[in-house]
Amino acid sequence: MTTAAVKPPFWLLAELTYRCPLHCVFCSNPVDYARHDAELDTATWKRVLGEARALGAVQLGFSGGEPLLRDDLEELVAHARGLGFYTNLITSGVGLTAARARALKDAGLDHVQLSFQDSTRELNDFISSTRTFDMKSRVAAIIKDAGYPMVLNCVMHRFNLPHVGRIVDMAERMGADFLELANTQYYGWAWHNRAALMPTVDELRDAEAIVVAHRERLASIGNAMKILWVSPDYADAKPKPCMAGWGAVFLVVAPDGVALPCHSARMLPGLDFPDLRETSVRSAWFDGAAFNAYRGDAWMNDTCGSCDERHADHGGCRCQAFLLAGDAAATDPVCRKSPHRARVDALLDAAATSALARCHLPEAPLRFVPGAAAGGGLVFRGDAASLALSAPVNAPQAVTP
Amino acid sequence: MIAPDTFPAVAPMYRLQFEPAQDAWVLLYPEGMVKLNTPAAEILRRCDGQRSVAAIVDDLERAFACDGLSGDVHAFLCQARERGWVQPGARA
Repeated sequence: MTTAAVKPPFWLLAELTYRCPLHCVFCSNPVDYARHDAELDTATWKRVLGEARALGAVQLGFSGGEPLLRDDLEELVAHARGLGFYTNLITSGVGLTAARARALKDAGLDHVQLSFQDSTRELNDFISSTRTFDMKSRVAAIIKDAGYPMVLNCVMHRFNLPHVGRIVDMAERMGADFLELANTQYYGWAWHNRAALMPTVDELRDAEAIVVAHRERLASIGNAMKILWVSPDYADAKPKPCMAGWGAVFLVVAPDGVALPCHSARMLPGLDFPDLRETSVRSAWFDGAAFNAYRGDAWMNDTCGSCDERHADHGGCRCQAFLLAGDAAATDPVCRKSPHRARVDALLDAAATSALARCHLPEAPLRFVPGAAAGGGLVFRGDAASLALSAPVNAPQAVTP
Repeated sequence: MIAPDTFPAVAPMYRLQFEPAQDAWVLLYPEGMVKLNTPAAEILRRCDGQRSVAAIVDDLERAFACDGLSGDVHAFLCQARERGWVQPGARA
């Protein structure tokens, strides 16, 4: 692809900090996040926002970690809104008091996306290793009272898929405008915990049927809440058009100023991602070798390059190719055409075997795990686990299942 | 059908603004954007909750020096309401 064909970023995801009060087992932050603890200062963030907006970026997500941990959030929101961005806050809810919700509204915040881990206190608190369910319920009311459009996001996995109907009921009760049922994508912490989180294909099909029935019910009663069911790509065997193409519309800026084409790309070896402390957004996006590495289709192997779907799915996900096939340029292994599809099937088979074993043995109830200690066969996201699981220098290795 | 005496307003979920990079008016909403064609933009820019549908039609016919826009404006506003872009605003 020539530079002339490269469009400016449409979406800017500003990961303001990797700090987070929650310890979710599927966190999409890099497993080695604790080794990247530098954070851009307010002035640098303002410069980055201004440069991205000048290129044409429109949607801006303030994310993390927990963005509310930055006490300059209101200042950054006001700056972004002044530039003309549509501003989205992506939060766990921790720290969103009524006063802060109003202050952010006054600063020009357009929309809030609130995460829940489940419709029950027990599972929400277990998965996040924090007592946050009741607080999140109060925060949902605060968001609505302040007049924001509200998206509820719930990451789905084998523990909460059986609750999907109750999660829809909860979102409806809370007055959500959108509900995102985000089936776990296996990167970062979720990749580490994949054996425990992976549902069976049947569990996914059952949950999806319930979602379809709820959509019809909501339409029949004139409720405008929309439900997004993120395709479980292992089970659907359909490569996702990851980030709508590498370096095509989506720009992530990590807390330390590293520019990335997606949340998890910094674990890919051999790519020198631009540092926005030293480089302009324009130069990073258009000229950076890392952003050009998988742009367009020149990089594709024959399987992808000759496939009719290549402009729709862009060959799937580079991080998934690296994790499952050990090669970021491989066809996404969820694809039936991938020579590595057997590795995905092996993970699904293991999930089915494990579910079968559970049928015969009553499962131990989930117990709250304080302080993000390892429990329930899971590793909770936290600084100590991050340091224990990562090498001091960035030396990622492909792990094959 | 939208009555001529209602006062349509862009729904709070949406923000209408001109995007220089797109050279177009757009509707922004959580995590998304709709690029508007010129007629859609001209109608939506007048949906401020202060003008009735009849007044919007009058205004457009004056601005573009033509008549008979009523049918097109109604058809567009019905579609826009179905998509949730506009709602019947209460006159302040």
